[in-house]
Amino acid sequence: MSANPSAAPMAPRARGSRLAWLKENLFSSPLNTLLTVLVAWLLAMAVPAMLDWLLFDADFTARTAQECRQAQGACWAFIAEKHRLILFGVYPYDEQWRPLLATLILIGIMVCSAIRYFWKPWLGLLWLAALTSVAVLMWGGVFGLSHVENDRWGGLPLTLILSTFGIAFAFPFGVLLALGRRSHMPAVKSLCIIYIELIRGVPLISLLFMSSVMLPLFLPEGFTIDKLLRAQIAIILFAAAYIAETVRGGLQAISKGQYEGADSLGLSYWQQTRLIILPQALKVVIPPLVGIFIALFKDTSLVVIIGIFDLTQAAKAAIADAAWRGFSVEAYVFIAFIYFIFCFAISRYSQGLERRLDKGYQR
Amino acid sequence: MTKHTSSVPAPPRRRLSWNDPSTRALLYQVIVVGIVGFVVWYLVSNTLHNLSVRNISTGFGFLEREAGFAIGESPVSYTPADTYGRAVWVGLLNTLRVSVIGIVLATLLGTLIGIARLSKNRLVSGVASVYVEVMRNIPLLLQLFFWYAIITENMPGPRQALQPLPGVFISNRGFLMPSLQGDAIDWILGGFGLAVVLVLMIGHWARGRQAATGQIFPLGSVAVGLLLALPLAGWMAGGAELAIDVPVLKGFNFAGGIALSPEFSALLLGLVIYTSAFVAEVVRSGIQAVGQGQWEAANALGLPRARALRLVILPQALRVIIPPMTSQYLNLTKNSSLAVAIGYPDIVSVVNTTLNQTGQAIEGILIIMAAYLTVSLSISVFMNWYNQRIALVER
Repeated sequence: MSANPSAAPMAPRARGSRLAWLKENLFSSPLNTLLTVLVAWLLAMAVPAMLDWLLFDADFTARTAQECRQAQGACWAFIAEKHRLILFGVYPYDEQWRPLLATLILIGIMVCSAIRYFWKPWLGLLWLAALTSVAVLMWGGVFGLSHVENDRWGGLPLTLILSTFGIAFAFPFGVLLALGRRSHMPAVKSLCIIYIELIRGVPLISLLFMSSVMLPLFLPEGFTIDKLLRAQIAIILFAAAYIAETVRGGLQAISKGQYEGADSLGLSYWQQTRLIILPQALKVVIPPLVGIFIALFKDTSLVVIIGIFDLTQAAKAAIADAAWRGFSVEAYVFIAFIYFIFCFAISRYSQGLERRLDKGYQR
Repeated sequence: MTKHTSSVPAPPRRRLSWNDPSTRALLYQVIVVGIVGFVVWYLVSNTLHNLSVRNISTGFGFLEREAGFAIGESPVSYTPADTYGRAVWVGLLNTLRVSVIGIVLATLLGTLIGIARLSKNRLVSGVASVYVEVMRNIPLLLQLFFWYAIITENMPGPRQALQPLPGVFISNRGFLMPSLQGDAIDWILGGFGLAVVLVLMIGHWARGRQAATGQIFPLGSVAVGLLLALPLAGWMAGGAELAIDVPVLKGFNFAGGIALSPEFSALLLGLVIYTSAFVAEVVRSGIQAVGQGQWEAANALGLPRARALRLVILPQALRVIIPPMTSQYLNLTKNSSLAVAIGYPDIVSVVNTTLNQTGQAIEGILIIMAAYLTVSLSISVFMNWYNQRIALVER
C-alpha cells in the first residue's frame, strides 16, 4: 500500500484544476495508479450490483411474499409489512404510540446530554424525569394508561432502554469501583480489582447466562425477578467494570499536585474527590466513555441469546413468519441500518467532542 | 494503612482514636469486608437451600457421566457416548480454533486496511474509511446472523455451488477448499519448522554481532531464502510427491478437501470482518503517533525508506499499537462466544447444552468463566511480555 506518513498532513493543493487534484491524489505514482484502477474496478463490480439489489430492482409495494419473490432485488415490502413488529415487538398494537413516545424521549435525553448547554447539575434531574416517564409510558397502569407486562415490550425501545438504563446505573457504580481500585485501603482495593478483572475476563454472554440461570438460585425461595430486569442487571454489572477501568485512566492522569493541593486545603477525601479530582478526571475520559456507550448499545443485541425481545430478536421474529419466508437478509439490513445510524452519530459526536475538549490543552 | 502513617517516623504511642486516619481506614475496611462477606454468605446459603430443594447435587462429578448429545464439528474424535468432560474439551478446542485463526486473519486484514486508510490515494483511503465505519458500527451478533443467513439461505446447493477459484466451492453447506495430501507433508512442515528456528537463532546472533561490531547482517534475504529452501528440501526428501485433494461432488454433497461448516465460516467471517475494523483503527493511530521528525531524522541519517520504516518507525509505532491490540485479541476471543447464537459448538454452546441436560448451572458457568479467564490471562501475559520487550528503555 502507499502509506506515506512522511508527507505533510495537508499538502497544499493545486487550486483551480480538477485534473491536478486527480493527478495528485489518484495517479501520483505507478503504484498509486495501479491501486486506483484496482479499487475503481472493484467498486464498479460491486456498487452497481448493490444499488440494483437495494433500490432499482427492489420491490416496495408487493402485497404477498410470492409477488415479492418475483423481484430480482430486495423485498422492502416485507419491511413495510413487518415494521411495527420489528420496531415495537409484540407491544399491544393500539398502544404502540407509547413505546414510540418513549423512544423519542430516550433519543431526546441523549441529544440533550450531547449539547454543552445542558451540562449543568440539573441534567441529572432531567435524566431522572426522562427515565421515570419512560417507565410510566411503557408499564402504564397510571393516568388511565392500561398496564402492559414487560414481557410484551420489544424492539427499538427495549434496545434503547437496556442501553440507557444500563449506562445510567453502571456509571456511578463504575466510578466507585475506579475510586476503590485507587484506594490506599488494601481490602477495598483488592475487592475492586478482583471484581473488575473477573468481569472483564469473561464474555457478556456468560454473565447473561449467569443472570438468567443463577440469579434465581441466589435469591431466597419465592422471590423472583423477571427476565428483563435480570438481563438489565447483568448489563449494568458488565458495563460498570469497563467504565471503572476507563475512569481509572482518567484518575491516573491527574497529577499528584492536585491531591496534595486538596490535602493542604484541609478537604476530606470525599470533598477532594467530588470537588477537585473527579471533575478533572471525568473530563479527560468523556470520549472513551462515549465509546463504552456505543459498545454497550451494540452489546444489548446479545440479550437475544436469553430470549429477550430486543430489536434483533424482533427482526428474527419477523423472519420466522411462515407467510414471509426467505427475507432474512432484508430484515438484517434494515436493523443494521438502525444500529448504524445510532452508533455512527454517537461516534461522530464523540470525535467532535474530543477535538473541542482538546482545545484547552493545545498550545 | 494509608500513606499518611508511613511518612511519619515511628509515632511514640498508638492510641485508638477516631482522628487517626489509619484507625478510620481499618474500620472502613472491616465494614466493607463485613458487608461483602455477609452478602456472599447470604447468596451462598440461599443457593445451597435452593439446590437442596430442587434435588441438584453440587460438584463436578457430572463431568464423568455420558454426554449423550452429538457435536456438529470437532477437531478431536467425539461421539455422544463420550463424557461431558470430553464434550467440554471439544468445545474449548473449537473456541481456540476459531479464535486463533480469527486473530491471525483479523490482524492481517486490519493492518492492510489501517495502512490503506493512511494512503495518499484518496480512493483507497476513502474505501478503507467506509469499511471501518460501517463494520464497527453494526453489532457483531447481527453480522453473524447476516453471514449465516447469506450462507445457508442465499447460497446455492452443493450441485450448483459457486466456484470463485478452481477447487474452491461455496455452497449452503459451507466453504470447501483443496487440501494437500501425501507423505511429503510432514517433511515440508518439518523443514518449515527448522527454518523458523534457524531464522530466530541467526537473528539473535546477528543482533549480538551488530551490537558488538556494527556490521549489519542481511537477515531479511537470508530468512526468505531459508523459509523457501528448507520446505523445498523437505519436499524432495519426502519423495517429491504431493497430491492436491480437490473436493468433488458425490451425490448430494462434496467429498475430499478441507470443509468449513456454514457455522464456522459465518463465525470466522463475522469475527474477522468486525475485529479487523478495530485493528485498522489501532494500526492507523499507532503509525500516526510516530512524529514527523522521526522520518526526517531517519532520512537525515541516510537510511533508505524501507529500513527507516523497519528500524525507526515500526518499533515506535508498535509500542503504541501493542496494548490496544492486546485488548482487541481478547475481545475477539470473548466475542467468539457469540457462536452459540448460530449453532457453532464452542465452549459456551456445549456447556449450555450440558447445563440444560444436567441442571448443573453453577458448575457450568464456573467452567465457562474459568476457561475464558485462563485464555484471557494467557493472552495478556504473553502480550505484556512482548510489550515489555519492545517498551522504551529509559536511562
